[in-house]
Amino acid sequence: MTKTYSAFNLLREGLRANKGWGRAWRTPEPKPSYDVVIIGGGGHGLATAYYLAKNHGLRNVAVLEKGWLGGGNTGRNTTVIRSNYFYPESAALYDLSVKLYEGLSKDLNYNVMFSQRGMIVTAHSEPEMEMAARQVNAMRLNGVDAELLDAAEVRRLEPALSFRADMRHPIHGGVLQKRAGTGRHDAVAWGYARAADAAGVDIIQNCEVLDLILEAGRCVGVNTTRGEIRAGVVGAAVAGHSSVLAGMVGVGLPITSYALQAFVSEPLKPVLNRVVLCPPYGTYVSQSDKGGLVIGGGLDRVPSYGQRGNMPMQEEVLSGLSEMMPMLNKVKLLRHWAGIVDVTPDSSPILGPSGVEGLFLNCGWGTGGFKAIPAGGYLFAHLLAEGTHHEISRPFDLSRFDTGYLVDEGAASGIAH
Amino acid sequence: MQIFPCPFCGPRDEREFHFAGELGKTRPDTRDGVSDADWARYLHEQRNEKGHVREVWMHMPCSELFVLERDSVSMAVIGSSPLRGAAE
Ligand SMILES: Cc1cc2nc3c(=O)[nH]c(=O)nc-3n(C[C@H](O)[C@H](O)[C@H](O)COP(=O)(O)OP(=O)(O)OC[C@H]3O[C@@H](n4cnc5c(N)ncnc54)[C@H](O)[C@@H]3O)c2cc1C
Ligand SMILES: [Zn+2]
Repeated sequence: MTKTYSAFNLLREGLRANKGWGRAWRTPEPKPSYDVVIIGGGGHGLATAYYLAKNHGLRNVAVLEKGWLGGGNTGRNTTVIRSNYFYPESAALYDLSVKLYEGLSKDLNYNVMFSQRGMIVTAHSEPEMEMAARQVNAMRLNGVDAELLDAAEVRRLEPALSFRADMRHPIHGGVLQKRAGTGRHDAVAWGYARAADAAGVDIIQNCEVLDLILEAGRCVGVNTTRGEIRAGVVGAAVAGHSSVLAGMVGVGLPITSYALQAFVSEPLKPVLNRVVLCPPYGTYVSQSDKGGLVIGGGLDRVPSYGQRGNMPMQEEVLSGLSEMMPMLNKVKLLRHWAGIVDVTPDSSPILGPSGVEGLFLNCGWGTGGFKAIPAGGYLFAHLLAEGTHHEISRPFDLSRFDTGYLVDEGAASGIAH
Repeated sequence: MQIFPCPFCGPRDEREFHFAGELGKTRPDTRDGVSDADWARYLHEQRNEKGHVREVWMHMPCSELFVLERDSVSMAVIGSSPLRGAAE
């Protein structure tokens, strides 16, 4: 069976009618116990399993997913990868992630199609230009690439945007991060799954965790739709369902679950080179390799576990798009959907112990955790293997809500996934 | 658009309504001091329930706060009542 993807194997399999490719990962029966059980087969859970094996030599590991791999937010997101954050703590976290993404296709032997086409966040007034300059300076001080653009430069890079003088919010300039871009969401989940499986990790789909098993106050395993599974340590990476999971052992979290929506248009000839976010319209857009516009916006401001789109936000995001690029007014949508995202008060993630011994949390990524999958997995694997924080994950401990040491990116860098 | 019931104005378009918070959160008594953990819990912790929820909403045209009971998965409205009396 051919396993590795290489030019030679592609040619060889091409000549053999592609009959030699095996399955990318196994479908094992759950074992009665593992050293580490990870709940949630999204990007974060699968990346964690991969780095547990790769960085810590832990292979007796299971990932339990109630549905199919990447069927949560990982397979529903608009795939923007960037590290244009404000605070040093966030810059360290998200830039670690971008760096890992830069080598990921090679590391996993799986093409995650990370395309560093750049991202522009526009500014629409003189005060916003001041804030943009502050953002650029903060990013550079944190060692992250950033450039300040004036209106002419934005126009040269993205001529499809509207520069009409009578615009409600005329473009004055923007912030460009050249290393930002997009990736292929499914490939990130599948690439990590395949590499983790090859390292010996059991990936078990259609296996929902119904309860956490506590013994003498310690979490020692999980009850699932496929029976009881014991664990040395349990890690939860269940995004929008984090409150439900933590609630099983009486832990309350500073998380609200909201629907976040996205849209894809019919395929068009190339109109857009980069990812563009126009904050006053609450809309951002990129163009996929197939030509479809991938469009996103802000959260529904109504707590929800209803994983589907709805009209009010559709109206807001698409009216924003038609203001940004009036030339797209007649473009038709192909699909519209939502994912349930886990939002914290400071829009920063939660990584660390849950308060119950033996149970660790990787959650709170909210609207922006796709870009963080490699770093989230890397740091969560460290936590599960060592029992203590990596320096980069320490500021994101749950205890920050007691000490007041919030990493308030919601206020500092606003929405943008 | 979905129709929500305002207890004062009747059935109205969902875009006229604003979610204010979960029902039943009471501010800790700070006269004798309150621990950081209790204060943090009051400020930040959410029940964030999946299923039947009871919440405080505002109907913006009449500016009245009221209790909306709904299903957080299906979004079906279960009931709506004035806030006065609900806290008891
Ligand atoms: C519309 C939209 C657009 C977005 N755009 C971007 C973007 O452009 N850039 C960006 O960086 N981020 C973006 N995000 C956010 C990003 O998608 C998420 O932060 C990220 O995918 C979270 O990954 P995860 O692995 O933590 O969660 P998920 O991928 O949601 O995985 C969690 C998994 O846990 C499983 N699960 C839950 N409960 C249980 C249980 N009891 N037992 C077993 N399994 C369980 C779920 O089925 C799910 O598969 C977007 C999100 C949405 C919804
Ligand atoms: Zn009213």
